[in-house]
Amino acid sequence: MGDTLTIRTVAEFAAAGELPEVVFWTGCAGSFDDRAKKITKAFARLLHKSGVSFAILGSEEGCTGDPAKRAGNEFLFQMQALQNIEVLNAYGIQSLVTACPHCFNTLKNEYPALGGHYSVKHHTQFLQELLQSGRLRVEGGKFEGKKIVYHDPCYLGRANGEYEAPRAVLAALEGEMLEMKRSRKNGLCCGAGGAQMFKEPEPGRQDINVARTEEALALQPDIIATGCPFCNTMLTDGTKHFHQEGKVEVLDVAELIARANDLV
Amino acid sequence: MAVTGSAGWAFARKLRLIRAKINLGQPVDRQDRSGERWATMARVALGQSKMGAKPLPALLHLLVYVGFVLINIEVLEMLVDGIAGTHRFFQPYLGSVYTAALHFFEVLAFLVLAACVVFLTRRFVSRVPRLQHPDLAGFPQKDATTILVVEVVLMGALLLMNAAEAALPGGTTYVISGFLVPLLSGLSESSLHAVVTGAWWFHWIGILAFLNYLPYSKHFHIVLAFPNTYYSKLTPKGQLDSMPSVTHEVKAMLDPSYAPPAGDAPARFGAKDVVDLHWVNLLNAFTCTECGRCTEACPANQTGKKLSPRRIMMATRDRLESYHPEDGLSLLDHGISREELWACTTCNACTEACPIGIDPLDIIVQMRQYIVMEESGAPHGLNAMMTNLENNGAPWPFAQADKGRWAQELN
Repeated sequence: MGDTLTIRTVAEFAAAGELPEVVFWTGCAGSFDDRAKKITKAFARLLHKSGVSFAILGSEEGCTGDPAKRAGNEFLFQMQALQNIEVLNAYGIQSLVTACPHCFNTLKNEYPALGGHYSVKHHTQFLQELLQSGRLRVEGGKFEGKKIVYHDPCYLGRANGEYEAPRAVLAALEGEMLEMKRSRKNGLCCGAGGAQMFKEPEPGRQDINVARTEEALALQPDIIATGCPFCNTMLTDGTKHFHQEGKVEVLDVAELIARANDLV
Repeated sequence: MAVTGSAGWAFARKLRLIRAKINLGQPVDRQDRSGERWATMARVALGQSKMGAKPLPALLHLLVYVGFVLINIEVLEMLVDGIAGTHRFFQPYLGSVYTAALHFFEVLAFLVLAACVVFLTRRFVSRVPRLQHPDLAGFPQKDATTILVVEVVLMGALLLMNAAEAALPGGTTYVISGFLVPLLSGLSESSLHAVVTGAWWFHWIGILAFLNYLPYSKHFHIVLAFPNTYYSKLTPKGQLDSMPSVTHEVKAMLDPSYAPPAGDAPARFGAKDVVDLHWVNLLNAFTCTECGRCTEACPANQTGKKLSPRRIMMATRDRLESYHPEDGLSLLDHGISREELWACTTCNACTEACPIGIDPLDIIVQMRQYIVMEESGAPHGLNAMMTNLENNGAPWPFAQADKGRWAQELN
């Protein structure tokens, strides 16, 4: 397990007259969902191990507004966005990193029109940079022979064209990387996007997460890796549907790297 | 000449009508980044870059496309001949180059014909699911069949004309139509002349009729694919446009001293009908070729939900074509159901799949905006999520004050 770790808020940095290198935008799932909190903690430990000076907004962080915007409620989205932008701009924040592709997309693409201009990275991009610069190292071996299949989150992949950073990070594990037939720009959605996470699906033959998990399980992987807390929930539910939850783990890229470093 | 003139006039008139229909849409700024737009058009429309995702249809489509463009050079000659009363006007000037060109056009015509036959086979014999889909019931399927059959017949007429000429004394035999010559061997010289003239007129009137059929058909993509790709979305696929009118209201709510600019409020938020959509959405609807790649890629459709992105585009076009402000109908509920709209995961598989940059997702989101902001008509689960967002700044019932609590659980 990792060292004792104290995470400072942006307010604490500001009180000390400092500015962190980057603000870790935790997101709602990452803050409140028990499964997603493990991803948050794994990534925080990786940032700490890499010597990155980072802060969280804590109680000053609101929802980015993504689910409201996709549900069609532009008012609610902008209420959230303008309040967040006010906080971020008041602190003079310039760099954000988040483990949620939905937060990533909204902060990066939809906040500029409302006055929020930041350098925003998805945590897999940030991890790739840490690995490239040597600030973070991964000892191969622990995942030797493990079959890992990566599922592209729509809001990281098609929405923002990032297919390679998560794969490059996973390659450092030296496991056996598998690809689903539908991957990268042809990746099949997990079923959570567009605010579907918060509603019952419309009537149909099958749930989307079951369809996607079926594709992943067909490759007989040991691990289904992804980079989104919502994909994680959907695919975990999918493995339960097929009674594979004991055999196949659904893990975030950050959790895998943290595991390789004995941090979790 | 009279035939050609009136066909041209009718086509121009229909073009103006379609332009007027598209202009019923709301403004949207797609005049920026013109260099990138030209490049996108050259790559995606002219260069067919997105067709390659399916290699066999890409090859067949390329044959028909190249055939169409190049055989039009011969059609140009037909136009000159028709007006000047000449026959094969360019032949004396070009000599052997002309002969070579005709051989080449014949090969193209044959390839176009063959490709259309394969297309028909895919549609009706091997029954590719996206081409035999409930979306296409009625006119759309007939439309597709008409286009393919007309292309086969037109190419056939072209080859027959050359064959009849070859059968005449001193006629040149060309590479493909040469195979048809024996079929005409029993005909007298005057009959052969009649075949040449008949095939010429058939081909020419066929082209003019087809030209005028185009704007009523999905086949109009051969024209609109160019402006459509030019005006397509250049921002990241995940980015939904901001609504400035909402920004003014929200700013006024957050800060009572904020004075919103006057006269900026829209008639309604989001889209209930086609005229609430922006004009690029409407251009998209006229451009759609109903190929169904979007629907094939759609996770909701694959898992048996009612949503079909292709049908979103077809319903938009149908409504726009028959649009009347006072008819008591609207795109929402009469053309597109709420069930379809709420089934979308906004995953962008449809926009990725479209070979010519059509964006069904943009229409879906604008219609959701109308349902939510004008009617408060979101599904139950979403209303609960939005209430939480309003009260706690999170989509679940957790207090924002606890948002950093996970950090205390670390050690």
